[in-house]
Order: sequence, then structure tokens, then C-alpha cells
Amino acid sequence: MDKIKDQPFIDRVDGVQKVTGTAKYSAEYDFPGMVYGVLATSNVTKGTITAMDTKPAENAPGVLAVITHLNCPELPGYKNLPDQSKLADIKKGYRVFYDNIVRFNGQPIAIVVADTFERATYAASLIKAAYAKETFNTDIDVAEKSGKALEGNNFKEYVRGEANAWKNAAVKIEAEYKMPIEVHNPMEIHAITVNWESDTKLTMYEKTQALSSTQQSVMRAFGLKQENIRIITQFIGGAFGSAFNTWPHSMAALMAGKKVGKPLKLMITRNQMFNLVGYRPQAIQKMSMGASADGKLVGITHDATAMTASYNEFTEGIVNASRSLYNCPNVNTTYKVYPLDLSQPTWMRGPGETTGAFALESAMDELAYAAKIDPIEFRLLNYAETDLEDKKPYSSKFLKECYQLGADKIKWSARNPEPRSMKEGDWLIGYGTGSGIFSAWRGAAKVGARLLPDGSLILASGVTDMGPGTATAMTQLASETLGLHPRDIKFEMGDTNLPPGPMQGGSGTTSTLGTAVHNVCQSIKKKLADLVKDNPMFHTEIVHEVKVDDLLFENGFMMLKTDKSKKISYADVIKNAGLKEIELQEDSPGNPMANHSAFSYAVHFVKVMVHSRTGVVKIARCVSAVDAGKIVNQKTAESQIVGAVVGGIGMSLMEEGIIDHRYGRWVNNNFADYHVAVNADVPEIEVLFVNKPDPVLNPMGSKGMGEVGIVGFAAAVCNAIFHATGKRIREIPVTPDKLI
Amino acid sequence: MINFEYIRASSVKAAVEALAKNPTGGFIAGGTNLIDLMKRGVTAPTRLIDINNLPLKQVEETSAGLHIGALAINSEVSANDLVKNNYPLLSMAFAAGASAQLRNMATVGGNMMQKTRCSYFYDTAMPCNKRQPGSGCGALQGHNRMHAIFGASDKCIAVHPSDMCVALAALNATVTVSGPKGERKILFTDFHRLPGDKPELDNTLQKGEIITGVIIPKNTFNKNHYLKIRDRASYAFALISVAAALEVSGDTIKKASLAMGGVAHKPWRLTEAEKFLVGKTATKENFSKAADLAIKGAKGYGHNNFKLKMAPIAIVEALMIATGIA
Repeated sequence: MDKIKDQPFIDRVDGVQKVTGTAKYSAEYDFPGMVYGVLATSNVTKGTITAMDTKPAENAPGVLAVITHLNCPELPGYKNLPDQSKLADIKKGYRVFYDNIVRFNGQPIAIVVADTFERATYAASLIKAAYAKETFNTDIDVAEKSGKALEGNNFKEYVRGEANAWKNAAVKIEAEYKMPIEVHNPMEIHAITVNWESDTKLTMYEKTQALSSTQQSVMRAFGLKQENIRIITQFIGGAFGSAFNTWPHSMAALMAGKKVGKPLKLMITRNQMFNLVGYRPQAIQKMSMGASADGKLVGITHDATAMTASYNEFTEGIVNASRSLYNCPNVNTTYKVYPLDLSQPTWMRGPGETTGAFALESAMDELAYAAKIDPIEFRLLNYAETDLEDKKPYSSKFLKECYQLGADKIKWSARNPEPRSMKEGDWLIGYGTGSGIFSAWRGAAKVGARLLPDGSLILASGVTDMGPGTATAMTQLASETLGLHPRDIKFEMGDTNLPPGPMQGGSGTTSTLGTAVHNVCQSIKKKLADLVKDNPMFHTEIVHEVKVDDLLFENGFMMLKTDKSKKISYADVIKNAGLKEIELQEDSPGNPMANHSAFSYAVHFVKVMVHSRTGVVKIARCVSAVDAGKIVNQKTAESQIVGAVVGGIGMSLMEEGIIDHRYGRWVNNNFADYHVAVNADVPEIEVLFVNKPDPVLNPMGSKGMGEVGIVGFAAAVCNAIFHATGKRIREIPVTPDKLI
Repeated sequence: MINFEYIRASSVKAAVEALAKNPTGGFIAGGTNLIDLMKRGVTAPTRLIDINNLPLKQVEETSAGLHIGALAINSEVSANDLVKNNYPLLSMAFAAGASAQLRNMATVGGNMMQKTRCSYFYDTAMPCNKRQPGSGCGALQGHNRMHAIFGASDKCIAVHPSDMCVALAALNATVTVSGPKGERKILFTDFHRLPGDKPELDNTLQKGEIITGVIIPKNTFNKNHYLKIRDRASYAFALISVAAALEVSGDTIKKASLAMGGVAHKPWRLTEAEKFLVGKTATKENFSKAADLAIKGAKGYGHNNFKLKMAPIAIVEALMIATGIA
């Protein structure tokens, strides 16, 4: 058909909207009479608010309302809570303005509503609170020494084979790896615009990766009917996991908008992005690993320590990769989490695995060097052919191909493996590798489809897009499945009035929603075939009732496989049948993967240049080879890996959340002091896909890729730095001071 | 927002008069730092006097040397052929500063007037003697990785964040100012001050004075380099920066001028090292000896102890690149 199938991708369907500024984000909806909400926050870390003076704020020009815990509207969701006195602190959660307890520095203590943003900002600065302060701890090192780790099922020790078997191995290493808090910091700041049409009905424009669950949480909190909450999230300017929760600022905006009865907008500040919408928790990981003299892993012991907020038990799979990435008979892992007096962490790109793979893949490199085996060779020697943790075969695994593709591209074999042996002028050259693994999965999804009388297709799903190009991928899938030019397909999204879509995240959107799109297109084909089954044009001596399998669907026409001259357009089929359109809704179930384990893989190769005297590190080259199953759209897929690698450069070389533990306050909560990679830090990033279908997970053969692109990258950088300098840096970010 | 008066001045005289009438006011040029400070509540001038219309944008060679107006834009000065050809150290320092967007707005005078980037200064909920005299120094026992190793006091260990100023200090520039009492000149190295007991004072400008420009004496330095070591390749303040300017004849150093950034409350001239280098041959050994002299008296405060090691490395590196030894 019209060359589409020969092209590896179609361009982004929303590209023009994005570059011309017509793509609308949550802070860009304006209404007549709009008012603005601004949060006032605590400047103590722990304690109770004993008194508040809101009068100066209330009397400030343009102020319409001030909400604090003292006058918080009665919310059904707040009333129907389980008995708080019986709950452990960690289970209580944090509900904005519910009580007078301060749980972290920078916690919202009031929302001020005014007729302009500037007036609201000024009035918020006038809010005064008196506190009964309590002693607190925000330091994981202190907690590790004298605190109490959380208990429960999430923290059970895992043992496969024999625990601590590494101790008896011929070659062994022990090392501790540290990484700081990292913050998502998407370009788009979290924002919400709320418009209450009555006391029981509203529309909200919210930065959320998950429209359905946001709708559910608002429904519960405000006791509303689901159909009376409309959420619109057309576009997200990056989120990286920071936009799953319905965060306190959104609840505050919803309360305030209802109270003043006017459309209200609230955009938090960049400073608040550091402690109101989650972060990747700090982690200290001890790796103890042993191998036989011929390079077979004997044992892996991975002891991870991380942190969460005092009021929220956040856990993630930090130790998972150590159980599943290699063929090791003896693995034991522990996972300790300490509650601190900080705001809560949350999922951040490649949650768990990114942290764990930094330690595991650094340690693999150390062990490879200890065993005097090439790091890639060492990984191949320990290649897992089945999932030893779940004891299941893989649905597909092309990790070997990733090693090969990446190693060939960067000319791995040409490196001199001796540390500090390669130089270009004053710069020490190093090559390093690190691998990533992330679960692939498929959930349930609905999608609506309408084939219109002109033969064009409208697909509709309440999914949103934070950048990966979901509308583009779905358009391409529909184009290929139904035989329609992409320009004749419209993908409507980002609205809870549409059939409920999946969340965008966990590297599952394309697998989940793509299945529904694939299925609905198949259903349309069946319906079309059904409508022409009596059409004599398609009857031959053999075939008297044409079936879908007898037909080809190309370029908006269906035709006999055996005689392409016998064809009819979709438009004519609809017209001939006297129909207005063909409308279908597909309800596609998830794939429980009862008999298989499914993972995506990435192998990163990095060339670094380390200045021999000043310790400055430049990433000179990045090659990432990825097994994400069949690639739906080469262009958007590549962009996802590129974005993940840019995040990986930041993680390995510069990102570090710093808190002054004396005050419990952030020190570098702004873009000048919290460094993310800038253009000058990023070389060309080369992305290679194995591009072989997974035969089990979904009909497209795709797996996920958004997360796996960052998993293992920081280790690749640290391993390259070791190769360049002979120095093993086990604490990221690797700033120049660590290399002089 | 906190309301303030905004006026535009059309002459230096008018600007000085406008400030005299409202001593709690201030001048605004590029605004790249001031607006941040106002948004964070660090400062709240009651009157902003916009000086962008003043005729202070010139970059010209005069008998006294290069004259740069206080309102010349950082990116324009950096790209100016006169500057690139005759004062390459200054051009390099400009290019190393901030980001392209900021350089396109920031002025030379504003660059001199920018405040420290110490986090404790910017967060009004933390102690800071510079912002609120008597409240204590948050950085002294706090997170002080970016902080001073020279000339600090127990009241303040902040550093001046500019790159341009480090080069101007090395180039023996002079600042011209105008005020209620008329015009005067200040040696660039005397313009910024050490914190001592008054960290709230960044410089030696008198009340009501306005910077009108800088003059750089005719440049005889034939070996120049501005080296900046930072945490990322652009838009990051210096961990250590070195402005190195040498006049070398044959192998012999005739004149040496060295200044460091990221190490003190002001651009830090390395006078002992300069003295040592004059008359010596340009070798790595001599550069190392000079660096050892330069670092005498330096003091770390914990997180910034690495600067004690990085500073001499940076000095040697800058000198080696300047002289082409590296």
C-alpha cells in the first residue's frame, strides 16, 4: 500500500501543533473571570501548627479566599478515612489541609486565591504560622545508624540457592554504591486549571499521566459521580513518572476553585517541583559478587538501602535486576527502607531498576576486571536463557543481539582493555558498558473507533501523551492494520469523555493500547467484509461468500487477494450498506503472561573523555542497543531512547538533590543549582534496535522502551571512567572533584 | 507581588538623581539576577530605575585603553572584534559565563553587581548574614561545596559568581562610576570586597553611585587563557576558574597577571604567584611552583576541600594552555 509499509515511521501527527505552540498544556487554558491559586508552605520540617495568621493575606488586594487546615472544606474523602489513631504513621498518608501536622519542610499550609497570579503570590507570602517544632531526621545515613527500617512483605529477604555463596568463589568483589535523590524536573511545571460548573460537576485540565485514576481519586475525595468529573490532558510536557499521583497542590486547587466558584489555575513553582511531586529516592547499595575462575557467576548478594517519607511507604524494585539479569544459581537480596521527614518519593523513569542496575552493572564490571575477562564476554558467559526467578521461559529475549549490535557499532573489540591505556591529547579515553532490563507487560484497554462515510477513521481513547508519541504510534498501527493512509486517521485522546485509556507509564502504553487499536481495526475489517459478503463482485467460481481472510485491505480499499482489480473503497461499502458510519468499541483484556516472563533490554556503550588533570568528564559517544520487540515507529522509538540517555548523562555526571539536614530544607531546588544535562553535555546518541517481534505479549510484537533506555546507563559511564582513569567511582554524580 | 515604582532614566545624571530621591530604590539593566532576587523575596526595591536607555553601550579603543560602557551586553562584548583580537582573555571569560540567553540580556555593569549564588542567600527561610545581617551564615557548617577558600570570614564564605570579573581583575581594569558627589574611578581589584564583618556589602560603591563603565589598559599580554572547571559544559558556575595573562618574550615571562574565580568573595588576584613568575622561563615546573605559592593560606570548609587540590591544578593548566605548553 502506498509505500507506508516500506517506511520505518510516520512523522509525529502532533508535531506541527507542538512546534507552533497550538498544543495545549494544563496551564494554558484560560476562562473569563479566571482566578489564581498560590500555595504557602511551611518553613519547619516537623511539628504542629499551633496558630495561623491569615488576616493580612485575606485583606491583601484582590484576594478572594484563603484555605488552611482551620477552614478546610468538609470533603467526603477526608471524612471517610480509616481511624487515623489506629494507623501506623507510614500508613496515614498526607492530605493537604486535613490536619495541623507538618511532615516535611515546604509542605503546603495554605492556598491563597486572588484575581491575579502576582497578587496571589504576594498574599501567600503574608501567611504566617506558629509551630510547635519537633526533632526530625532527613538524613539516610543517620537513619541507617540509629533509625528503624520499615517492616512487612515488601522487605522480605530473597534467597535463591544458597545465601552469600559469593564468599566461596574463586574471584570476588565487595563494593558499596551510592546515589543521591534525583528529581524528575520535566520542562513543564505541574499545573492544574479547574472549572466547577456546579457544586457537583467540574472540568479540570490536569497534568496527569493517568486520567482514569485521577478521575477516581477526585471522585472519592469530593464524593462526586464519575460522569460529572471531566479531565482533559491533551499533552504533557514531560513527566517521567511525576504525574501519576493526584498531588496536594491539585487537591488544594480543586477545593479552592469550588469555594470561590470561579475557574481557577494553579501552577506550582520550580522550587516546589522538588518536593511536591515526588523524586527518585536516595539509595546506598552493597554488592557482593563472586565468580569461578572461568567466569561463571557463583553468587550475587545485593543489599539495598533507600528512603521514603514518614507518611508514605514507597517501595520499588531496586534489587530485581540482580535476580533476573544473569544466570546465577545463588542470589540473595535485602531491601531496607527508612522513613525520613521529607516529602514522598515516587516513580521516576526506570523506577527501581535504574537504581539497582547502577550497582549491579558497576559490580559486574568490577568482577569482570577481577576475573580478567572482557566485560561483554563475562556477561555472555552468564547469559540467562530462562527466568530463574519466576522459573518461566522468556516470551522473547534478544539481549545477545544487543551486546553484538552495540559492540560492533562502537568497535568494542578495538579498545585496549587495560585501564588508563588510551589517550587523545590531554584526555584519557575510556569505553564502558552497562545493561538494562525492565518488565514488559500488557494491561486492559478500551478504544473507540468510527469509520466515517468518507472512509476516514477516528480512534478515541482517554490516554494522554507525555512525549513518546502515543497518537503517532496508534495512528501508524491503525494505518498498517486497517490499510488506511495516516492522514485519513485521527486519534482523539486526553479526555475522560472518551473511552477510558490506560495510564501513560511503566513502558506499557503502546503494548496495552496498541492491542486495543489493533483489535478494533481487525473488527472493522470483519465488519467491512461482512458488509460485502453478498457483493457479486467478490464472488468467484470457488468463493460464493467472501470472508475477511479472502480480502486485502489497502489504501482505503478492500480487494480480493486473488484478483486485486476487484476492489471497493471503504466509503462505498458504507454508502452501499446505507450506513451513517461504522462505530465500534474494543475492550481488549490484558495479557496475564501465565507461562512466560517478558522483559525489554538495553545495552549501553559509552565512550568518555576524562581530562587527565582537571577531572572534567565529557561523554564523547553513546551507543544504545535495545530489544524492545518489534518497533512500531522508528522515529518516536529512537527519540525515547535518546531522551532516556540524556537523563542517564545527567544521572551519572551531574544530578544531585541536596538537602541541608540541619533544617530539612532543599539547598539546590532550582535549575541553576540542580544540574541537568545541557546540549553541550550531550553528544550524538546512536540508537540501534534489534527489532524482532515478541510472539507472546501482544499482536504487534512490541515490548516497552521508555524506561529501559535509562536503566544501566550510569554504570556504563562509571565503567568507562574506570577504563579511562583506573579510578572506580562508586558514588554518582561523577563531578570533576571526584577525579582529581 | 510587592508593588514598586518603575521609571526610565534618560541620562546618567537623571538616573543618579532618581536614586537619590528614593534611596530604597535600585537600578535595573538586564535584570537577569535582580528579577530572580525580587521573585525569591531576597530584595524588594521600592523604585526600579531602568537605565537601559543611558548612552553606556560603547566598546571602543581609547588612549587609556579599551573602554566598555556599563550597559554593553555580555554577548556583544564577547563577540566584538576589538575584544576578541586585543583582549582575548576577556572574550573567553564572557563566553564561559552563564548561558547564551543570559549573556544576551546581561550587561557589563550588571555582571559586576550580581549577587553571590550561595543557596542560603537565596532562601529567605535560612540564615544568611549577607541577606540579613546577624542571622548567621548557613553555609559555614552547611552545604558549602561551591564556597570560598580565600578571604572568607566566619560571617560569610560566599563567592562572587562572575567569570567576566575574574578576567577584568587580571587585566588591571578600572571602574568608572558617577554619583551625587561626581565621578570617580575605582581599581577593579578594589571594586569588590571581602566579607569581613560586613558581608552585606559586596563592593565599594558609595550610596547613590552608578557604574558607567570599565577601562582596560592597553593589553601587552600575548599569552592568555581563561580556564573554567565546572560541573557541566555550560550554564554552571565555576568550581574553579583561572584568568591567566602573561607577557612572554622568547621563553621569559616579562609580566604575569593571574586571577581566580569560584574561590573568594571577589575575584582573587594571585599576586605571590605573579611575582614569582616574572623573569622566569615558561615551564611546567615554574607554573607548579607559582601555583603552590598561590594556594598558600587557602582554607576549606568541608564540602569545598577539593578546591584546595583543584585550584593549583587549574592554575597550572591555565598557564600551560596560555603558553601552548599543554
